Amino acid sequence: MALYSEKVMDHFRNPRNVGVIEDADGVGEVGNAKCGDIMKIYLKIGNGIIEDVKFETFGCGSAIASSSMATELIKGKPVEDALALTNKAVTEALDGLPAHKLHCSVLAEEAIKAAFKDYYDKNGISYDPAMFAEPEEEE
Amino acid sequence: MRIYADNAATTKMSRAAIDAMLPYFEEIYGNPSSLYSIGQTAKEALEEARKTVAGAIGAAPAEIIFTSGGSEADNQALISAAALGKKAGKTHIISDKIEHHAVLHTLRRLEKEGFEVTLLDVGEDGIVDPADVENAIREDTCLVTIMYANNEIGTVQPIRRIGEICRKHGVKFHTDAVQAVGHLPIDVNADNVDLLSGSAHKFHGPKGVGFLYAKKGIRLTNLIDGGAQERGKRAGTENVAGVVGMAAALREAVDRMPENTAKLTALRDRLIEGLSQIPHCALNGDRENRLPSNVSFCFEGIEGESLLLCLDDKGISASSGSACTSGSLDPSHVLLAIGRVHDVAHGSLRLTLGEDADEAQVDYIIAAVKDVVEYLRGFSPVWRDLCAGKSRFIL
Repeated sequence: MALYSEKVMDHFRNPRNVGVIEDADGVGEVGNAKCGDIMKIYLKIGNGIIEDVKFETFGCGSAIASSSMATELIKGKPVEDALALTNKAVTEALDGLPAHKLHCSVLAEEAIKAAFKDYYDKNGISYDPAMFAEPEEEE
Repeated sequence: MRIYADNAATTKMSRAAIDAMLPYFEEIYGNPSSLYSIGQTAKEALEEARKTVAGAIGAAPAEIIFTSGGSEADNQALISAAALGKKAGKTHIISDKIEHHAVLHTLRRLEKEGFEVTLLDVGEDGIVDPADVENAIREDTCLVTIMYANNEIGTVQPIRRIGEICRKHGVKFHTDAVQAVGHLPIDVNADNVDLLSGSAHKFHGPKGVGFLYAKKGIRLTNLIDGGAQERGKRAGTENVAGVVGMAAALREAVDRMPENTAKLTALRDRLIEGLSQIPHCALNGDRENRLPSNVSFCFEGIEGESLLLCLDDKGISASSGSACTSGSLDPSHVLLAIGRVHDVAHGSLRLTLGEDADEAQVDYIIAAVKDVVEYLRGFSPVWRDLCAGKSRFIL
C-alpha cells in the first residue's frame, strides 16, 4: 500500500488554486518552518461568497494536498460554509491521511480561519473570538 | 528513466551473491550443526564465508560472528564492551552526535543502566575531531564508539587516528562500519579497531544478515541465548544462504573497490557540481572526506518529503532527513548536529549512487532536482518571504 491515497497524490501532483491574490480581502498564515509546515491562504470575498481563494504551502505532500483540497472545498461557497470547514472534512475528501499526517489537515482548517479573522479585523467586522479558537485534531 | 539513488538505504543484490546463495535453499539446505554430509557441507560454506568476510577487513576468521545485520552487531558490540567495562569498574562511554540510532538508542539504554555517555559534537563538516576523543577519555572510560562513515551525510571519520588514541589509553574502540564495508578499504589492525559492525545489504548482499568483528580476547555478551552456534555467542541456526550471499557480495565489492571508487567519485563530484548551481543550497558534510557515493544537500525554502515525491514521479528514488520523512517532529539529528537549523534541515536531499550509475543518469538527476526545487519554491511562502527580504537567507 502506498503512503498516500490516489486523491492525495492527485492534489499533490496537480494542486488546485496555487498562488497569490494580490488584492486579497483576507490572508491567513499558520505553521512555522521549524516544524516543517507553513500554509498561507488568500481569500477574495464578495456578496457573502468566497469568490476566489489561493494558497501557498511549504511542507510535505500531505500539507500541499490538504491546502489544495481545502481551497477546492470552499471556493464559490457561502462564507458561513467556508467558516464551518473542518479538518475532518478535508481529510475525508482526500480519502484519508496517515495518522502522523493529520496535523496537515488541521493546518488547512486553521489557515482558512486565520484568513477570515484577518478579513474581519481589516474590515472592522465584529465576531465571536471563540470562532477562532484552536481547533481540536479529529481522527 | 528509473534511477535508484538510495544505495545508503539498501542496494540491489549482485548477481554473484544471488547465484552463490541459490544452492543453499534447495540442495545444501542442511543444518550446519548436523553431522551428515549436507549439514557439514553447509558448515563448510559457512566457515568459507567467515574467511572471506574476515579477509575483507584484515581480521582472523575466529574474530567474526554472523548476525542478523548491522543493528544487531552494533547492539552486541556496545552491550559487550559495556559489560566488560562494568566488570572492571569502568562505566563511561564516548560516542558522537551523528551516530546511527542503532548505536544512539543502545547508548540510551546503557545510560538507564547506570553508564555515563559523552556524545561528542562534530564540526560543521560532520567530522569528529580526534583531539576531542582524547580529551573526553577518563580513567573510567570503557568504550569509544565512532562510526566509520556517516549514513546521511557520507562523512568518513578519522578512524585510524581515533583508534590509535584509544589504543594508547587502553580503551576499547568500536566502529559502526555499515556504510563503509565493501566501499572503503578497512584493516582492523592498522585502524586499531577492537569491534566493528557490518551489514550485507549495504554492499549488494542480502538483507537480514551482517557481522560483528570482535578482536581476539574480547568476550562477547549474548543477545540471543540458546544453541552453541557462532562459538556460543549468537544462538540460532545460521542463515547459511544469507551468509554465503554476504561473502560473495563482499568479495566482489572488495575486488572492484578501486575501479568503483574512481568511477563513483567522479560521478559524485559531477552531481555535487551540478546541484551546487541551484541558488541558496549547501552541501552537507565535508567535501573531501566523504563516501564516493554520497551527495547530501539542503535547499532553502522547500520541504524534503515533497521533493522526494516529485523526484519519484520523475523516476528517481532518493531520501531526505526532513521531519516528515522520519515520522517525527524533528529533522535528522545528523543535520542538526552539523549546524543546519530546523528550517533548512527540512529541505534536505540525500542521493547515494550505485556502481551502475553513469553520467547521463547524473545529468538527469541534476536537471530533475533543479526543476523540482524551482517548482516547489514557486508556491512556498517561506521562499516568497526570503525573496521579498522579509526573512534572511541562511544558505
